[in-house]
Amino acid sequence: MALQVSDLRVHYRTVRGDVRALDGVTFALADGEITGLAGESGSGKTTLGKSLVRLDGRMRHVGGRVELDGRELPIGDSARMDRFRFHEVSVIPQYAMSALNPTRRIGTMVRELLRSRGIGHRAVRPELERRLRLVGLAPEVLDRYPIELSGGMKQRVVMVLSTLLDPALLVADEVTSALDVSTQRAVAEALVEFRDRGYVRSMIVVTHDLSLVYQIADSIMVMYGGRLAEKAPADALVTAPRHPYTRRLLAALPEPGVRHEDKRLAGIPGGPPELLDPPAGCRFRARCPLADDRCAEQPPFTEVAPAHFVACWKAG
Amino acid sequence: MWRYFGRKLLIYLFTLVAAVTVNWMIPRFMPGDPVQSRLARASLQSPEASAAMAEYYRGVFGLDVPVWQQYLNFWGSLLRGDLGTSMWLFPRPVTEILAGAVPYSLALLVPAILLSWYAGNKLGAAAARGRWLDNTVLPLGYLLTAMPYMWLALLLAWSLGIVAGLFPVAGAYGFGLQPSWSLAFAASLAAHWFLPFLSLFLVALGGWAIGMRNLIIYELESDYASYLQSLGAPRRLVRRYAFRNAMLPQITGLAVQLGTIVAGSLLTEIVFGYPGIGYLILQAIRNQDYFLLQGAFLFIVIGVLLANFVVDLVYVLVDPRVRVQMQGGAA
Amino acid sequence: MTRPPDEPAAGPAGAPAPAGHPAGRRTAPVRGAHFALRNRKLVGGLSVVLLLLLMGAAAPLLTGQPPNAEVGPPNQPPSARHWFGTTNFGQDVFAQFVYGLRSTFLVGALGGGIAALVGMAVGFVAGYRGGVVDEVLNMITNVVLVLPSLAVLLIAAAYLDDRGVAVQSFFIGLTSWPWAARAVRAQTLSLSSRDFVDLARLSGTRTAGVIVREIAPNMSSYLFMTFILLFGGAVLAAAGLDFVGFGPTDGVSLGLMMHNAVNWGALQLGMWWWFVPPGLGITAIVGAMYIMNVGLDEVFNPRLREM
Repeated sequence: MALQVSDLRVHYRTVRGDVRALDGVTFALADGEITGLAGESGSGKTTLGKSLVRLDGRMRHVGGRVELDGRELPIGDSARMDRFRFHEVSVIPQYAMSALNPTRRIGTMVRELLRSRGIGHRAVRPELERRLRLVGLAPEVLDRYPIELSGGMKQRVVMVLSTLLDPALLVADEVTSALDVSTQRAVAEALVEFRDRGYVRSMIVVTHDLSLVYQIADSIMVMYGGRLAEKAPADALVTAPRHPYTRRLLAALPEPGVRHEDKRLAGIPGGPPELLDPPAGCRFRARCPLADDRCAEQPPFTEVAPAHFVACWKAG
Repeated sequence: MWRYFGRKLLIYLFTLVAAVTVNWMIPRFMPGDPVQSRLARASLQSPEASAAMAEYYRGVFGLDVPVWQQYLNFWGSLLRGDLGTSMWLFPRPVTEILAGAVPYSLALLVPAILLSWYAGNKLGAAAARGRWLDNTVLPLGYLLTAMPYMWLALLLAWSLGIVAGLFPVAGAYGFGLQPSWSLAFAASLAAHWFLPFLSLFLVALGGWAIGMRNLIIYELESDYASYLQSLGAPRRLVRRYAFRNAMLPQITGLAVQLGTIVAGSLLTEIVFGYPGIGYLILQAIRNQDYFLLQGAFLFIVIGVLLANFVVDLVYVLVDPRVRVQMQGGAA
Repeated sequence: MTRPPDEPAAGPAGAPAPAGHPAGRRTAPVRGAHFALRNRKLVGGLSVVLLLLLMGAAAPLLTGQPPNAEVGPPNQPPSARHWFGTTNFGQDVFAQFVYGLRSTFLVGALGGGIAALVGMAVGFVAGYRGGVVDEVLNMITNVVLVLPSLAVLLIAAAYLDDRGVAVQSFFIGLTSWPWAARAVRAQTLSLSSRDFVDLARLSGTRTAGVIVREIAPNMSSYLFMTFILLFGGAVLAAAGLDFVGFGPTDGVSLGLMMHNAVNWGALQLGMWWWFVPPGLGITAIVGAMYIMNVGLDEVFNPRLREM
């Protein structure tokens, strides 16, 4: 097991109270596994991705643990977490297009970043150039300012930089959503390639786009209302989903590759639950066609088939 | 490159034309007949001066020529460096009087602007996200920017000058001294310079500190800062980048604020009787010396335009984005 | 949303313009009021402004005599009879102060109002119409921005024989709008690409209609904060003008008080009570408004509030 997440709880502090963005999330990720993390906006999937690398100012680690290769990640303690970042856990952020300091040459920024982490720039430079070539970029991009690069180029620079130290875990957050369809494919394939070459051991690909993630992921997790609804091998999840929410999600899927971000799914009436004061029991209950009295009790996240986990009383 | 500067120069040219036009139009088109009433008042003071004034007005506002001709005449005398003759210091030409005052104004303005900008940026950056300092710097900054320039000048003159007796509060050097390259004169010059400088410096400081604090907070929340932190970059590096990037809008802010600070220096000079342009303006108003006033206006506008141009040059040197776009390598 | 490099970082007198948050749909009024009342900066600033406004409004009740009347011995320090002392001419400084507050508020409201109207009109039209209209308006804005406004005001005031608060406000308003126009333009640009604006445009609403009904209401908080900063700027500009000697030819103002104090040697005579109150009044009004603005920013932008 590369990554083991147990009962992880992360809340957002707001003046109106705590928003339970992650409310007891448990899953494991094997060495070399690429898992897709899907769900609506507000389901907590981006929070889960961030929690594993860096909590932002308003997020609080409330409970649960995260272990990477048997060592606990101090996700609530940013200073101690710094040792793991970049080396062990890394991220390709949602905003990769604007992730580079606009007033520094890319190479200068990389050099300063590496030096600040105590890594000799000379030693890494050949590998950096090799990987840039691998994603189709000339090493000369290092002499450029971000403004001189296209969006796709910046995305690839960030991808190379984030994985430069061969992290054990990479969180790729909506890496394809800002790109056109053909570039999306190229980026997705590059992610697989990086895993195959050992640049990254395991990967969580956070996405709205189930159809794209299906093409590259070994397994898929579906999140709903701050909890995992289902995790299964990619084929099993798509062909034989167990959770009613997953089924609705797949049924509502438009043509492959077409994005439907931020739009409420047409096939699922109602909206996602309010996480400020969430209802007891199954979070999907109010929108679920199968719901009955038993759903007032929270269903456990249980293994119903090999590597297939579902949180639903009806999934047996 | 030329497009960028061409555009800027066009704006400055328009501004200059607008300023000159305002200068020409106001005495010409104000309600009533301001020129006549000024002439009437001036003749009471000195018939000689009044005659010179009447002649100048006839030259540029000669009612026997069409309006466009008057306008061109005005430009003509302007381009010859003729801003008229002073009433107050008759018969010295306005240009000469103003030129004598410019060094004093610059001696106050240049250090006050540069130092307040530098110190304010440092202070604001230190305050951002630091609880204790933020709670001190922010209210103090707002207090300073809310102060009328002349009031802070009055407070300093009264407390440090009159009550404590530490600094002289009038003039640019001691009464008994003649300008010379002596140590005594330099010391007197510095002592007289300090309080007006300090009051200008302080009011401007508050604005820069607040501006920098807000900009840095904005930068620290930006995407590149989050990304660096996600890769475990130390706070030091992130703050250094944020500071550098926040400096850029502060440089543009410098251009925007120039007019305000120059106005502040006029008021400060008046409080301290410091013989720069502001002091001349006061004398011009007291003595109803309209040529001097209008000349001072043009001097100020031209000075501000030149300073703006310098800021533009500096901006190009420090912002790689503008530089890159100029070289035509924009993506 | 990166700040374009040529956007001014600061408003008048170095006061920061409202931060560049994208204007959004209106905050729910009820919740807004709730946070407004809990915000100490807003409540504190507003209290100071209201207190001084009330003093100005109640000036005739607070003092028995007109502000410029000779009511006592000259050069008296503050006492129970003359709270702020008297001037060289035996005028009551407190009476001048409370009457002066009136013209200060008036010039702020009028001058700030005119500047806000011009700035908004230019900013809305430039941002919404774009193209050549934008280019031309931008050029005008830049020209007026670079012109040092106090200098322009001096020239205008010099040739006016009768200077009232209204005329002064008019000229201040006409010279201080450019940064507001720029800020409004930037906000309008970000709003005019939104769906609801597109919808209004497509359904055939005319430019003025879209601006008044769709764009302006959605940045009303931003516009209000802009007005507050313009108000403060107008107060400071008027004070400077008065101080130089171009104050209202009739009546009193805080700037005029300082002008007289300096003119008649209050500094050398140590008559601090003559020049401290008027400057303090201006600083209090303008400072309280700036602080209020910070509070408003926190109320309108929850992102700042939650930190």
